[in-house]
Amino acid sequence: MTSHVARKMDSGFAAWLRRDLLLAYRRRGEVASPVIFFIMVSTLIPLGLTPEAAELEKVAAGMIWVMALLATLLSMDALFASDYQDGSLEQMLITPQLLPLPILGKVTAHWLTTGLPLTLVSPVLGLMMSLPNAGYVPLVCSLALGTACLSLVGAVGAALTVSLRKGGLLLSLLVMPLYMPVIIFGTATVSYAVDGLNWLPPLAILGAMFAASVALCPLAAAGALRVTASN
Amino acid sequence: MSQAPLLSVENLAFERDDSCLFSGVNFSVDPGDVLQIEGANGSGKTTLLRMLTGSLQPSAGNISYLGQALSACRYDYLSDMLYIGHQPAVKLNLSAEENLRWMVATSAQSNDVSVKDALTQVGLAGYTDLPCYALSAGQHRRVALARLLISEARLWYLDEPFTSIDKQGVAFLQSCLQQHVAKGGAVILSTHQDLSLTGLRRYKLVSDVEAIA
Repeated sequence: MTSHVARKMDSGFAAWLRRDLLLAYRRRGEVASPVIFFIMVSTLIPLGLTPEAAELEKVAAGMIWVMALLATLLSMDALFASDYQDGSLEQMLITPQLLPLPILGKVTAHWLTTGLPLTLVSPVLGLMMSLPNAGYVPLVCSLALGTACLSLVGAVGAALTVSLRKGGLLLSLLVMPLYMPVIIFGTATVSYAVDGLNWLPPLAILGAMFAASVALCPLAAAGALRVTASN
Repeated sequence: MSQAPLLSVENLAFERDDSCLFSGVNFSVDPGDVLQIEGANGSGKTTLLRMLTGSLQPSAGNISYLGQALSACRYDYLSDMLYIGHQPAVKLNLSAEENLRWMVATSAQSNDVSVKDALTQVGLAGYTDLPCYALSAGQHRRVALARLLISEARLWYLDEPFTSIDKQGVAFLQSCLQQHVAKGGAVILSTHQDLSLTGLRRYKLVSDVEAIA
């Protein structure tokens, strides 16, 4: 075509990341709800269970991890839902770029707006749950890696259920088994540290899970979205 | 100039749940053509257009771009195509300008018309900073149509582009299409409007369900 046409296309990653972050900023209240849920439930546990530090410190790591997982799960089904309704998902499917890249952009935006805030507030909750001092660094490290895995794996479930009008429950059932290894090694990282053991091995396994999810989940989600679109 | 048409469709058919929506669709499009797909509601116009974009697989038949099957030239084909669907893909929480910026960033080829100029041309000059939920349905459509001014894709697929657009808007869009085909582009659109465009051809889509009844 004409000579002034510039092929200035980016991979799609940056454009979708920027758009989703901007959208999240516009809907701050909605986007903050998983974090608020996380804080509220973790505040209620000492009240409902026991305020005794000796009792609480046994369950602290596990409880914080369970809450982080549920908070992420709650926010997962909104990942593609509104794009599906207003036609932007269709536009995403017909761009010439490799589909996993825009998806990775969206998932990154999701993690930056849910997983990262959860990770950042977790030390405060650890304080409330009388987490022993040795547990804080491992808690933050394991949540940072773990919530990224949760966002990536959840994206596959969200992609599979996007065309269902009430896909929320199905999504939870689909991704729950895949979330289990994450929570097992996440809590292990913290409890090893609290028990004075070397906590790097379980963290390394979380890291491996994260690496595998980054490589595979966008591909799986892309495949799932293509199937969804052809219906 | 190559002999193969820009886009050609042979014997295209679409089946869903064992019932055939349409079959035996044949047409070809060359630079300078405007093809209007006509047909009753539910005859499969949107399905046909979505099939052309590659997001739906035909049950039978071939679509070829410059004589090549789509699977062989997916990247080039999708880079040379612009599709505006039934849903305008406008995010209500973003402003018109932010919406258009994102759409342009994800599309393959664009010219040097700025986002602001494009929005001014489609008549949204004073509305660029408002969130789109404050705009009307016709204005949403105009945001999506502003992409046409920035796009350098040769093939435009427009699904009911005149929906909820006022008379001036219809006239503007027609002149826009006319300019596009004059530059060597091609348009396939579905609409019930009577268009006055040079190079216009009509293709009547007859649903198989209808033909049996």
